[in-house]
Amino acid sequence: MGALQILGFVGPSVNWWALLPQIILLGAALLILLASALAPQRTSTAFTTITTLCSAITSSIVAIGLWNDVKTGGPSSSIASAFGIDGFSIFFTLLILIGLAATALLSHGYLDREGIDPPEFHALLLCSAAGAIVMASANDLIVMFLGLEALSIGIYVMIAMHHRRSEARESAIKYFVLGAFSSAFLLYGIALTYGATGSTNLVHIRNYLDAVVFRDQHLLMAAMALLLVGLSFKVAAAPFHFWAPDVYQGAPSPVTGWMASIAKAAGFAALLRIFFAAFASHDVDWAPIVGVLALITLVVGAVMAILQTDVKRMLAFSSVSHAGYVLVAVHAASAEGTSAALFYLFTYTLMVLGTFAVVGAMGTDDEHPLSRYAGLGHSRPILAIGFTVLLLAQAGIPTTSGFIAKFQVIAAAVNNESYFVAGVAMVTAVIGAFMYLRIVMAMYVTDEEKERTSPTWHWTTSVVVIAAVSFTILIGVVPQLLIEFAEDAVPILIRG
Amino acid sequence: MEITTGWYLVLGALLFVIGGTGLLIRRNPLVMLMCVELMLNGVNLSFVAFARQLDDIGGQTVVFFVLVVAAAEVVVGLGLLVAILRRQPGATADDLSALRG
Repeated sequence: MGALQILGFVGPSVNWWALLPQIILLGAALLILLASALAPQRTSTAFTTITTLCSAITSSIVAIGLWNDVKTGGPSSSIASAFGIDGFSIFFTLLILIGLAATALLSHGYLDREGIDPPEFHALLLCSAAGAIVMASANDLIVMFLGLEALSIGIYVMIAMHHRRSEARESAIKYFVLGAFSSAFLLYGIALTYGATGSTNLVHIRNYLDAVVFRDQHLLMAAMALLLVGLSFKVAAAPFHFWAPDVYQGAPSPVTGWMASIAKAAGFAALLRIFFAAFASHDVDWAPIVGVLALITLVVGAVMAILQTDVKRMLAFSSVSHAGYVLVAVHAASAEGTSAALFYLFTYTLMVLGTFAVVGAMGTDDEHPLSRYAGLGHSRPILAIGFTVLLLAQAGIPTTSGFIAKFQVIAAAVNNESYFVAGVAMVTAVIGAFMYLRIVMAMYVTDEEKERTSPTWHWTTSVVVIAAVSFTILIGVVPQLLIEFAEDAVPILIRG
Repeated sequence: MEITTGWYLVLGALLFVIGGTGLLIRRNPLVMLMCVELMLNGVNLSFVAFARQLDDIGGQTVVFFVLVVAAAEVVVGLGLLVAILRRQPGATADDLSALRG
């Protein structure tokens, strides 16, 4: 430090308080690794789960404190305006921490059952969550890229940690190759944005685009296209979704839940921050492309889901079609559309975590044919009711949060006069509902009594399912609680 | 003939396209990893070329970050490959097709 001061180097000021949520998570990851290395016997799953949960809770308390700071003092940025602290970043921080707590609880039973070492899994999960938070808070494209990589690299290893199942390894290598491929696209997009605007900082990019009229904007258009392709891979939007069914099917169910919920939410956070906030002045260029992506994604997700026989693959395509609805909201390129997207992501995350909690408990050998769910309504009525609520919420049935979410998205599209997109979204909602109803029907309407596999149920799984179901119904009945939160969280860019 | 920034950008784009094509058509997983590196280095070259053109140090700093991330990615990728090849020696991308529907 002394030598640097002599050289005249002054580092940017760092607001450590604002970085505390990630620091707590990384500290917990180090603590778990250290404890497992020093402890004489095998680290218990209970210790790692409790550490992860405690860090998630402490982190969320800090995040709520930051939310109040933002409410009173306005948004701020840290580390030379590379890291933003606004409603948007804290909204996603809280969402990611909820996902982290739920995944830690779901993995608790799973790791014990499958004999996977808990410390490594939880350390990777915590690092992955910290990466997701960095990605959602980044005010600079390179910081966003680093967050994305921290998020993804953790997931690659978490998928492959089940060392006895070749499907898990295959799923991990598929996700790895396509993840690296899409990262390269995203990075090339960042390079071209840097070339076109002279900076990777989102505030600088927005100010430059506001001030300058391009004589030819091929470079900028190519940059936007590459960024969109890279992020579409991450959020599994068609036609860049083909990895999703294989990877979701092969991955351990708690990791599938994490990928389907948080990896997707962080991807959309980056998408919204880049396109809605930084490229706002060029929305006539990108909004139509996003609209086309949304249309393809909606149709592919809804139609392909019907053709599947494996429940995990069905849910993979359902997550593709959910990405389509969020893209419809992004396509609107308005504050209303963005808050609809945030509302959708929040409710979707809880629904999908609850759904994969049930799926994880149902498939002890990680096979998920639809026939396994036959007769669940009779053998495990309460579980079946919870699963039904979550599936119907994903289909968008009124009195569930899924309905409000879809309604807001379509309303944003209509107010933006994108009637065609809104119409297709409504039609595909009906087509998609067929797939969810097929699972529900399999649970209740069956006449075969033979070989019912009873799910291996751990009480931590019940906690997640009960929390997800009650949240889904609560927001379905009183949506105002979350709508205001989402409206306060529309992204803004802050100069440091 | 003077070598302008444009030539470097074209070379970077070519490296990226060669890497991307290789990733899609080659079946050997090790070669696929090399193709990812090729794509990232194409991007690195573009960053450095833009940094020279803009006379800005930012683009050159980015390259260090990308190199570190690429190294971290390759570590995980090679680990996965070792885990797969130990069970299925000589496996190609076509052999990894148990998951489909």
